[in-house]
Amino acid sequence: MTTVAPAERTQQRQPAGTRPRRRSAKRLSPLLVAFVLVPFAVESIWVFWPALQGFWFSLTRWDGLEPPRFIGLDNYTELAGDSIFRGALLNTVIWLVLFGGLSVVGGFGMALLLQKERRGIAFYRAALFTPVVFSLVVTALVWRVFYQPDGLADQLLRAVGLEQLIRPWLADPQTALYAVILPALWRQIGYVMVLYLAGLKAIDPALHEAARMDGANNWQRLWRVTVPQLRGVNAVVLSVIVIDSLRSFDIVWSLTRGGPYHSSELLSTYMYSTAFQSLRLGYGSAIAVVIFVLALAVILGYLVRAFREDDE
Amino acid sequence: MTRLRTGAFHVGMTLVALLWLGPIAWVVVMSTRSFDDIAANGVGSLPHSFTLDTYRQAWTDGGELQALINSMLVTVPSVLLSLVLAAVAAFALGRYRIPFRRTILLLMLAGNLLPPQILLIPVSKFSELTGLYDTLWALIAVQVGFGLGFYTFVLHGFMRDLPNEIQEAAVIDGAGPGQIFARVILPLTRPALAALGALSFTWIFNDLLWAITVLRTDDKMPVTPALLALQGQFVSSWNVIAAGTVIAAVPTVLVFLRFQKHFVSGLAIGAVK
Repeated sequence: MTTVAPAERTQQRQPAGTRPRRRSAKRLSPLLVAFVLVPFAVESIWVFWPALQGFWFSLTRWDGLEPPRFIGLDNYTELAGDSIFRGALLNTVIWLVLFGGLSVVGGFGMALLLQKERRGIAFYRAALFTPVVFSLVVTALVWRVFYQPDGLADQLLRAVGLEQLIRPWLADPQTALYAVILPALWRQIGYVMVLYLAGLKAIDPALHEAARMDGANNWQRLWRVTVPQLRGVNAVVLSVIVIDSLRSFDIVWSLTRGGPYHSSELLSTYMYSTAFQSLRLGYGSAIAVVIFVLALAVILGYLVRAFREDDE
Repeated sequence: MTRLRTGAFHVGMTLVALLWLGPIAWVVVMSTRSFDDIAANGVGSLPHSFTLDTYRQAWTDGGELQALINSMLVTVPSVLLSLVLAAVAAFALGRYRIPFRRTILLLMLAGNLLPPQILLIPVSKFSELTGLYDTLWALIAVQVGFGLGFYTFVLHGFMRDLPNEIQEAAVIDGAGPGQIFARVILPLTRPALAALGALSFTWIFNDLLWAITVLRTDDKMPVTPALLALQGQFVSSWNVIAAGTVIAAVPTVLVFLRFQKHFVSGLAIGAVK
């Protein structure tokens, strides 16, 4: 699942002091209490309580049948010596850099190219955006056809005379990870583009006008006007990308299940197969805690940013 | 010079568009080819046949019909329930001086930002404990619980920024919080609800991870995990797998086309600061 940026609609905010808070409600009506408590209880049951349990389980040995047995930090010491875990961690970092970096570069580049309304622009935008509505499993199957032996990828290489490069893309440990990143990028670029298009639209054209009057060329205006004005969007995109990368599971699971020989294993897929296939629930929980710790900085940054404006 | 640049732009962008739409078109074409055609000419060749029997196979033999029904049984109630719960919470937190309202909102959003991996094992064990494991109820519950924080946060932003005067007028007329919510605030939140509705529909419909965590039986699976099973069932029948893929993609594409504007504005919420 993808998380979208929070709504901070500054332009409609009233000046401080006239905030739309009810002063009359000194005694809270039971209805209002229920309005808050019921949703909070639902989230507590299905999110907060399970999350706390997850930390506890990571300190246990548990096969799901017998009760969990407390073993302290043993799971974490085992992780430190687990070469599959280290491989998955490295792959997750590669994923973050390549998937994250290229989707930002691609999405921002496309947004720059497609920001001005002109003939055909709506079609190009729609084309790039189409895969965003597909599930990652649909995306995976579309690309599986592409990667098939004698499929589209091989045909293209043969057509340009590079048949010596042809290989079983998803079954070769050298290429599997990258062959999975490509479809993920294909789907993500359109999404990042939409975020940046919205950001570009919000930049005051007068700033560009003023810079042009001062003799700034396109390149200078890009770096001195556009990029600094997009600071807010960048923060949002960065959080979304990191959180998405650490969550990435569907596309790898549908294409390779982390194989061959764990060559495309991410922390998320390793956690899932450890927990639900090897039934090592305690060890799987420890991997999940590692994922949480990696995401923590970004989650905190996102929350701080989302709530900073309320602090006036 | 400008004409040359415009030409280069369109040539380049047409290539990019082809790169994005080409694979999709390829799958659609493949879904209408016969098995013999693909066996004889390969997956990469142009079509030499036309059949819609692949769709019948995916639909009935592959169980996509049942999977689509399951998806709808999960997605529609989950979207409605999430939006109702998020709307009431956002209303109370955004329009009234609830104690600790900021902390509550912060906690709820933080819950949505958690990596789902930390929740998978406890959620699957909890659903076993409550007898919900392997029922669509478990999937609905976890989808609502996990999505709530984000929807509440977005709706809170909208509701908080509505002008105070309309609410004051309703208070003077003697309306209680329930009436103010239903008659005044909720109608004004419609655009945000539509955007979130379209987004959450695609998210929940497209989900794989939660479904395979709380469900086990094949005929209870929604469309996304069912598509993976279809791939195992029709191992080398690429035409049937392609047809199944098209079937699984159609509902979200329809929702997108119908709610296009809301959908994109929903995605862009907050990108503009």
